[in-house]
Amino acid sequence: MNMSVNIAGVEFKNPITVASGTFGSGMEYSEFVDLNRLGAVTTKGVANVPWAGNPTPRIAETCSGMMNAIGLQNPGIEVFKNRDIPFLKEYDTKIIVNVCGRSEADYVDCVEKLGECDVDLLEINVSCPNVKEGGIAFGQNPKALFDITKAVKAAAKQPVVMKLSPNVTDITEMAKAAEAAGADAVSLINTLTGMKIDVNRRTFAVANKTAGVSGAAIHPIAVRMVYQVANAIKLPIIGMGGVHDTESALEMLMAGASMVAVGTANFSNPYATVQIIDGIEAYMKKNGIDDIHELIGCVK
Amino acid sequence: MGKLKMTAQVVSQECIATDVYSLVLKAYEIAKQAAAGQFVSVYTKDGSKMLPRPISLCGIDKESGTIRLVYRVVGFGTTEFSKLKTGDTIDILGPLGNGFDKQDKKAILIGGGIGIPPMLQLAKELSCEKTIVLGYRDEIFLNEEFEPYGNVYMSSEDGMHGVKGNVIDAIKKYGIDGDMIYACGPMPMLRGIKAYAAENGIICQISMEEKMACGVGACLACVCQTKDIDEHSQVHNKRICKEGPVFYAEEVEL
Repeated sequence: MNMSVNIAGVEFKNPITVASGTFGSGMEYSEFVDLNRLGAVTTKGVANVPWAGNPTPRIAETCSGMMNAIGLQNPGIEVFKNRDIPFLKEYDTKIIVNVCGRSEADYVDCVEKLGECDVDLLEINVSCPNVKEGGIAFGQNPKALFDITKAVKAAAKQPVVMKLSPNVTDITEMAKAAEAAGADAVSLINTLTGMKIDVNRRTFAVANKTAGVSGAAIHPIAVRMVYQVANAIKLPIIGMGGVHDTESALEMLMAGASMVAVGTANFSNPYATVQIIDGIEAYMKKNGIDDIHELIGCVK
Repeated sequence: MGKLKMTAQVVSQECIATDVYSLVLKAYEIAKQAAAGQFVSVYTKDGSKMLPRPISLCGIDKESGTIRLVYRVVGFGTTEFSKLKTGDTIDILGPLGNGFDKQDKKAILIGGGIGIPPMLQLAKELSCEKTIVLGYRDEIFLNEEFEPYGNVYMSSEDGMHGVKGNVIDAIKKYGIDGDMIYACGPMPMLRGIKAYAAENGIICQISMEEKMACGVGACLACVCQTKDIDEHSQVHNKRICKEGPVFYAEEVEL
């Protein structure tokens, strides 16, 4: 039985990774799951310099989900290179590094610094709804997305995955812009911008006022967008958004994702990733499927 | 061993004050590793509530393999927990956080409101001379359980129990002194204690809280501001769930 998938020439032992920002660089969750079992670890967004992130409270619970406005707190690329990458290199899993920035120069600087590192894919976060500059500014306009993709591709040594925002009118326009600019893959969806009000304190539940909604509640939206993008471009897709069990992961594959990332579900179940890998394997056995590719995009 | 998520069985539960419950859980693997000041994440059974509730450990019995949680009902999750009966099960993750740095120094243990419970386990674990100061709004709870471990002083906002006012008022009125303060309670109380400790040259540890998602240090939701650049974050932030919840007061900006 084959569960391995290939994205931009990189071979992953299975299609399960984690959504950036929900898993750190794997250290904390390595106490619960064997990282060797994962197709890849996708790291928390890293910028060229340390970022302090947003004020607290940074999260709130919502119905079948949560919202966050962490604000891309990260230790900067230098510490990340010397601490997080060597930690992950001890494991037999692929490394997808999520890169964030406030300007094109920030992204290019970070991507260039990663050029010498033994990592497998770069996921470019142009879709974070919680930082005022950069981030989503590049992800809501096809021309801006095209330009940042071009610039990153020119600087990158590793294949480039553009992470798309669902906070747009037509996500296929954004996917087409990324493809036209030479991206090697796309990942979707980032969180949906939302707001929650704390009626006891009579103010915003999250200090940033708006925050990104994630979790099972957004899964049907993510599946729809993955399906739309799969039918609009030829690039491979890493699908994410509310994946929390085997069924919700299989839906992503069938909608057209070559890989699936587990995000918020790690918080409610730290063993979610390996349970989903086991679940997909069991599903394939039960249904006589020899190759995971029989499932990817099988629903037309 | 290490942190784990497990299904724990309810040994007992009782209401000990208005909206305050004492829940004892059989959780051998967590009890045998846990120490005062640590906490567990408690999961609701309602699938639409995805995040666990962090609750401090009020008691740890390594022999019987039980832990005790004393919590206040404040919302959906804690309302569900309050209905648990002997023999029911509940999913928990732990033990989480660092716990108190127990020093052999004459101690003042200060708890405010629902910050009182973790001080009870600390009182049991500290073998040094200690004084206990408990601050309440009005209704009192757990105070009698502290009595075997030291002199107990109380404050209440209405003055019905102990000194009228707050824990600092009680400390001043009774001339309570010590070389190490351990405190848990609401933020205004912690700010007051930090200032009092600094003025009087007393070393001070405080236990903090914040909205949490993962509880294990991955998501960076529950940070607090630190005086110096933190080694892990490389910015002036520490993770309350990981480097905390207990910090030396001078480390953090309140």
